[in-house]
Amino acid sequence: MFDSIQRGLSDALKKLRGRGRLTADNIREGLREVRRALLEADVNFTVVTKFIQRVEERSVGQDVLARVDPSEQIVKIVFDELVALMGPVDPKISFAKDRPTILMMCGLQGAGKTTTTGKLGLTLQSQGRRPLLVAADLQRPAAVDQLKIIGQQLGLPVYSEMTDPVQVCRNAVTFAKQNNLDTIILDTAGRLQIDAALMEELQQIDRLVKPDQLFLVVDAMIGQEAANVAKTFNDTLSLNAVILTKLDGDARGGAALSIKEVTGVPIKFVGMGEKLDKLEPFEPEGMASRILGQ
Amino acid sequence: RLRGKVDRKFLEELERRLYLADVGGTATTAIVDRVRQAFQDKEIDGNVETFVRQQLRELLTDPSEGIRYAESGPTVVMIAGVNGAGKTTSIAKLVNRLQKDGKKVLIAACDTFRAAAVEQLTVWAERLGAEIVKNPTASDAASVAHDACEKARAKEFDVVIVDTAGRLHTQVNLMRELEKIHRVVGKVIPNAPHEILLVLDATTGQNAITQAEMFCKSVKCTGIILTKLDGTAKGGAIFAIKQKLGLPVKYIGVGEKIDDLELFDPESFVQALFE
Ligand SMILES: Nc1nc2c(ncn2[C@@H]2O[C@H](COP(=O)(O)OP(=O)(O)OP(=O)(O)O)[C@@H](O)[C@H]2O)c(=O)[nH]1
Ligand SMILES: Nc1nc2c(ncn2[C@@H]2O[C@H](COP(=O)(O)OP(=O)(O)OP(=O)(O)O)[C@@H](O)[C@H]2O)c(=O)[nH]1
Ligand SMILES: [K+]
Ligand SMILES: [Mg+2]
Ligand SMILES: [Mg+2]
Repeated sequence: MFDSIQRGLSDALKKLRGRGRLTADNIREGLREVRRALLEADVNFTVVTKFIQRVEERSVGQDVLARVDPSEQIVKIVFDELVALMGPVDPKISFAKDRPTILMMCGLQGAGKTTTTGKLGLTLQSQGRRPLLVAADLQRPAAVDQLKIIGQQLGLPVYSEMTDPVQVCRNAVTFAKQNNLDTIILDTAGRLQIDAALMEELQQIDRLVKPDQLFLVVDAMIGQEAANVAKTFNDTLSLNAVILTKLDGDARGGAALSIKEVTGVPIKFVGMGEKLDKLEPFEPEGMASRILGQ
Repeated sequence: RLRGKVDRKFLEELERRLYLADVGGTATTAIVDRVRQAFQDKEIDGNVETFVRQQLRELLTDPSEGIRYAESGPTVVMIAGVNGAGKTTSIAKLVNRLQKDGKKVLIAACDTFRAAAVEQLTVWAERLGAEIVKNPTASDAASVAHDACEKARAKEFDVVIVDTAGRLHTQVNLMRELEKIHRVVGKVIPNAPHEILLVLDATTGQNAITQAEMFCKSVKCTGIILTKLDGTAKGGAIFAIKQKLGLPVKYIGVGEKIDDLELFDPESFVQALFE
C-alpha cells in the first residue's frame, strides 16, 4: 500500500524502528514526505499545512510499536485522519413530501454539470422517482440541445424555454407540478466564482425556487483553486454537497480533501466516466488511498 | 510583498506562492533553489523581485508567434485535450483571430461523441460566418477530418481547424482514435497536421503534466492553449511541462467570448502569478 510515500517514509524513519516514542523531532523528516505526497496530489497548500500539524499532534507521544515499521504507523495515522476528514458520507437524497424536490447543480465551466444532471436523473429514475431535467444554461452554445439529447437518451423529460435562467427555473417548477414529476434537477451555466453578476443569478434562483439540495460539481483534476472555488460557492449559496467528476482518470484528487476541510461540505457522489450510468457514491477510504498515491 | 531579507522566511513565502499557483513540487523546488543560491542572506533591495520574475520568465519560452503556417496548401490545426478543457470554445476564438488575419478558415466537427458537440460548434461557425464540415450520422471522427481536408484542398482554404472529442489521456482506445485522426489528416494533406494544440484548463493541478506527457506521446503536440485564465487560477503547471517536454504555450483563453483569446506573453503570465 502507498508504495512511494511508504518508501520515502521508511527511509526517513528507519532510525526509529522498535524503540522509544514518536516525537516532533524524530518524525519531522517523515512528515515532510507526507507533505510532499499531499501537495503532489493537489491538496491545497494551506490545507496541507494544517493537516500536517494535526497528524503531528496525533503522532507525538505514541510509543513506537515493536513489530511495526514506524513508517506504517505514520501512514496509518495519516490514512485514518484523511478518512475522518472526508467522511462520513451519506449518498442518500432526502425528498420533500408533498411537492417536487428540487436539486440544483452549479460550478465552474466544463466541470461536468450537464452530464451529471443526466446521471443523477438516471439514478433517481432507477429509484422510482420521476425526474425533470431543466435547461437553465442559456449561455453556452447548444447547452440546451446537450441536455435535451441527454434527456432523450434516458427517456426523461427536459424543460426549456429561451427566456432567462431565473424564469426557466420558476416555470419548470410549475411544469413539474402539472405533469406529476416529483424531482427537478436544475442544470445551470458554468461560471467563475469571482463573477459577481453570475453568482448573483444563482442566488436569485436560490431565493425564488428554494432548491432542497445545492450541489457543487467539481472536476477532480482541479488544483489549488479548489479551496477558493468551494469556499466562494459555499459562502454564496450554502451548498449541501459536492460531486467530484472525471475520477475515471488518474488525477489524485486532492481537491476532495481541500473542499471538505475548507467548507465542511461533504462529497456525495463521484463521476466515473462520460456515460450516464457512471455515477457512484463517494467513498472516503478509496479517496484517501488515492490521495496517498496507491 | 516579497520584501526584506532573502532568508528562510522569504524563501518559504516564495515556495508557498508557487505551490498556490499550481507550479508543483519539482518546479517549485528548482525555482526556490535558484533564488536561494543567487541571493542567500542578501538584503532585498527591490531587485530580488525582478530576479525571481526573470528566473521564472526564463523557464518559459519567448513570446508566442501563434500558428506556423504550411509553406503551401492548407494549414491543418488539430485541437486535443481532456473533457471540458475548452477545446471547442478555443476553436471559435482561434477562427475569429485567423479570420481577422484574413485567413479563409474551415472547421471540422470531429467530436462525434459528446451530446450536442456538433451543434455547439455549428452555433459558433454561424456566428463567425465560417464554413464547417460535419456529418451528424457519422461515428467515425477520422472520416469527418478526412472530408474536411479534402474540401480544404479543393476549395483552397488557408486553414482547417479540427475539433476533437474530449478524452482522458488514460483512455487507450480514445487516444488511438486521436492518432487515427492524425494519420488520416496526414494522408490527405502532406505534413499535416501542422499544429497540434493541446488545450489545458488553467484550474487543473498537477494532472496537467501527465496530460501533456500522454498527449505528446500519442500525437506530437506543438503547443498549448491555456484556458480559463480569467479566473483566479494561475496555470503554474506550464513550468513543469515546459521543463519536461519543451512544450510552449501559444495562446491563453481569458473568457467565454469570441475575442477572449490572446497570444501567450511570458512576461504578463509571470506578473499575474503573484497577483
Ligand atoms: N471522463 C469523464 N468525463 C466526464 C465526466 N463527467 C463529465 N465529463 C465530460 O466532461 C465534459 C464537460 O461536461 P459537461 O457536462 O458539458 O460540463 P458542464 O459543467 O455542464 O460544462 P458547462 O456547461 O460548459 O459549464 C464533457 O466532455 C463530458 O462528457 C466524468 O465523470 N468522466
Ligand atoms: N471562463 C472561461 N471559460 C471558458 C474558457 N474557455 C472555455 N470556457 C468554458 O468552458 C466550458 C467548456 O468549454 P468547451 O469549449 O465546451 O470545452 P471542450 O474542451 O470542447 O469540452 P468537451 O468537448 O466536452 O471535452 C464552456 O462553458 C466554455 O464557455 C475561458 O478561457 N474562460
Ligand atoms: K487567473
Ligand atoms: Mg453544462
Ligand atoms: Mg468540445
